[in-house]
Amino acid sequence: MQTRNGTPEGPLSFQRMILTLHDYWSERGCVILQPYDMEMGAGTFHPATTLRALGPDSWNAAFVQPCRRPTDGRYGENPNRLQHYYQYQVILKPSPADLQDLYLGSLAAIGVDMTKHDIRFVEDDWESPTLGAWGLGWEVWCDGMEVTQFTYFQQMGGYDMKPVAGELTYGLERLAMYIQDVDNVYDLRFNDAGVSYGDVFLENEKQMSTWNFEIADTDTLFDAFRKAAAECERCLEAKLPIPAYEQAIKASHTFNLLQARGVISVAERQAYMGRVRDLAKGACGAWMDKNGWAA
Amino acid sequence: MTDFLLELRSEEIPARMQAGARENLAKLFAAELAKAGLSAGEIVTYAGPRRLALIARGLPPATEAVSEEVKGPRASAPPQALEGFLRKTGLTREQLTERDGVLFAITEKPGRATAQVLAEAIPAIVRAFPWPKSMRWGAESASTESMRWVRPLHAIVALFGGEVVPFEVAGITSGNVTRGHRFHAPAEILLTGADTYVAQLRAAKVLVDQDERAAIIRARASALAAEAGLELVEDEGLVAENAGLTEWPVPLLGRFDEAFLEVPPEVIQLTARVNQKYFVCRDGNGKLANAFVCTANIEATDGGAKIVEGNGKVLAARLSDARFFYETDLKAGLQNLGSKLGRLIFHEKLGDMGGKAERVAWIGRLLVEQSKIFSNGPKIEPLSTLSEGDQIRLIETAAKLSKNDLGSGMVGEFPELQGIMGGYYANAQGEDPQVADAIRNHYKPVGASDDVPNGPIAIAVSIADKLDTILAFFSIGEKPTGSKDPFGLRRAALGVIRTIIVNKLRFRLRDVLGQVQLPGLSVPDVDGVIAFFIDRLKVQQREAGVRHDLIDAVFALGGESDMVRLLSRVHALQAFVTTDDGTNLLAGYKRAANILKKEGVEGDQSWTAPTYTLEPAEADLIAALDAAEPKAAEAVRAEDFEAAMAALASLRAPIDRFFDDVTVNDADPAKRTARLALLARVRAAVHTVADFSRIEG
Repeated sequence: MQTRNGTPEGPLSFQRMILTLHDYWSERGCVILQPYDMEMGAGTFHPATTLRALGPDSWNAAFVQPCRRPTDGRYGENPNRLQHYYQYQVILKPSPADLQDLYLGSLAAIGVDMTKHDIRFVEDDWESPTLGAWGLGWEVWCDGMEVTQFTYFQQMGGYDMKPVAGELTYGLERLAMYIQDVDNVYDLRFNDAGVSYGDVFLENEKQMSTWNFEIADTDTLFDAFRKAAAECERCLEAKLPIPAYEQAIKASHTFNLLQARGVISVAERQAYMGRVRDLAKGACGAWMDKNGWAA
Repeated sequence: MTDFLLELRSEEIPARMQAGARENLAKLFAAELAKAGLSAGEIVTYAGPRRLALIARGLPPATEAVSEEVKGPRASAPPQALEGFLRKTGLTREQLTERDGVLFAITEKPGRATAQVLAEAIPAIVRAFPWPKSMRWGAESASTESMRWVRPLHAIVALFGGEVVPFEVAGITSGNVTRGHRFHAPAEILLTGADTYVAQLRAAKVLVDQDERAAIIRARASALAAEAGLELVEDEGLVAENAGLTEWPVPLLGRFDEAFLEVPPEVIQLTARVNQKYFVCRDGNGKLANAFVCTANIEATDGGAKIVEGNGKVLAARLSDARFFYETDLKAGLQNLGSKLGRLIFHEKLGDMGGKAERVAWIGRLLVEQSKIFSNGPKIEPLSTLSEGDQIRLIETAAKLSKNDLGSGMVGEFPELQGIMGGYYANAQGEDPQVADAIRNHYKPVGASDDVPNGPIAIAVSIADKLDTILAFFSIGEKPTGSKDPFGLRRAALGVIRTIIVNKLRFRLRDVLGQVQLPGLSVPDVDGVIAFFIDRLKVQQREAGVRHDLIDAVFALGGESDMVRLLSRVHALQAFVTTDDGTNLLAGYKRAANILKKEGVEGDQSWTAPTYTLEPAEADLIAALDAAEPKAAEAVRAEDFEAAMAALASLRAPIDRFFDDVTVNDADPAKRTARLALLARVRAAVHTVADFSRIEG
């Protein structure tokens, strides 16, 4: 059964949920961006979050960001874990006074009935050692399941936020599984025309898991890490923070791949993370300089 | 008298910070009142996820007027003196008061309205509030000097009587408006005052009193379990946490798939508790049941059906993860899990966990073979069935396997399960039950309220593990200082002490410590380590009411390091020094010791009976010493410290009489020397029991 605007009744499909969130945040003044065209581990890495969170200017944006977490790959065999999944990211600077209400409004928009479900804000302080960033906030629980990370950024790239930005990161697959009431991510209805999440991504998960864990050439990766780091520094010298930041993203993802290949020892791990942090901080610093903002 | 209501409404305050916040609010508020010369009849505080509140009852309407008087020059003093005084006080001659020819400046400070005091005090408290972690937010945060609070602060209600106490802090104007439950009663509520606060919010589905929420959770969760024919596993930590996460707690019981019960109950309980904050239940046989109790924050329109279903699903996903780890670990086996220990660093200067396990095995052997820790105290079963060789074999096996579970997936996921998982995996691979028990319990006691290990193999491995940790860190100079004890050495020492005392293990700690030489590390400073243990013993015993100076008094005699004997002597001593005999003997002893010190008579003196005619009191004291000395020595040997004290008590009257009747500092040098030697005998006799010079008072 179709409603007038072509949306079927009942729980939203995966893509309809995204479109609904786009509408919701668009109506509230956000720039709706498309995903960044680089591999990254979290939506927070998107320059629209990291770089734009810095400085005094107001900035409101929402976007879907594909996230790659090579070590979370399970060859498509685990109903809850993926090496590639989607985050819906909202960044609002300065953080509006009614951010919690705005967020709850978005849950209502995608069909969470708050008279029947238990929504809770449970302490969860966020820290990204590779971005030199931290914030305070919560993981938002819906009936005991974490569906969103809700953070008031306090520092980014080692710089105090002036002003503070609020960041919402929705786990789209989890939310969709919840709304559609399915136990296996591959069973999600992707659209309303019979295509499932598995139809779109199962083969991808299998092949990418194999590549991440078994095939990826580690020499090539080590080389790529070094080159990205070197290129980042060249960009910093040339006072080009955006390309420098892209190289930091590249180095970060390459490091994640090396981790998945199991070729980085515990002792080295800290050193690699420190290197990525320095690159990211360098890019943030250059961005501040470029804009003439004081620390 | 009037009541004051303060409510600070914010976004969700972390549950773990709420109790501390109440305490700080009450303390800071009382301090601000005191500064203004005010005090409240009663201060009550409330904390929940979205509000921190305070009610102060019985405040006066104003502070009292004070009259301040400053003395000035005499009325007859020269004009310069008067001018100086007038300048200082800012008054004129006419405003001064003359009394008995002296001028006084008297200023009347009128009382201030309490509301005015509060209007200044509350912003000060809010600005300086000591949250463990705080943040900035919103447009104001363009300056890093903007207000900090634990999460964004939205509104402040301040009512003195029914009136708003007006002030502004960080852009928030105080008022009388609050809101109720986020979903049940989000509309504005006009608060009328302190008396009605709790009731007005209750009507808006908010229970402001954390104790009431805790009581509801406790009672309802138990009742739900009972209705299902089960018994709730009580957990006060969870009660408090859930009370801190809800404004209107609604416990709900759900079930999970029975198949998950294959996973060890500790894992299920921990998964439920840590990740989801659920209670678990036992069945009639005391076994973990496939039920959980979660605490929702709403009265759902469907009675909670959806909430239970959702929570059950999350728990199932968690448990299937846990089962995956458990099965993978079992498949690998405890032996194989140990292959990862070489990669797990104990400390960068102290090698890996594999090396530690080897050292624990070796110290465990020492404890039995050299120190005979099980030979002299009461028998700990099943020791009677084990030869010393068997004991050593089991201890070494357990010690070498004790750290292997650190390489398991399960402990990787839940570090709290270290030891416990090792115990399960040891059982699964058919190790001796005592080995499995030792692996399981060797970290015990984990905290002050945790049990100590009680099986002999577990006791040995537990003590060996902790001694190794203490010695190793001492040998690289990592000793606890002040409030810093990053490697938990104090806890480890306390654990050893409690394990020894509870199990009445009879051995000298010094003997073991003296023999331990850790490979590649410098020889530890045994005296330093012993002193560290004695310090811990004092701290621990203080709670039991044992005096630290008495521990010193006993320890001072040859550095007693048999903890059981030391304590039993201290207990007897403490009982004795509070008696009349004890107090007087101590006084006599101190008098004797002071004379000896003044005369430079140190240590034991050879004793020969004097040849001059003794005064009666002198002869009595010698006779009393002749009788008491062997009794005290024998009693100490037999570790009958009450009897040793009784022997000393017999000296009290003769010593008192001696000091009353006899002059030590006699003109005759022979008498003087002999009497000093007699006092030295007294001192030595007392020292068979304890060094009384260390006793305070």
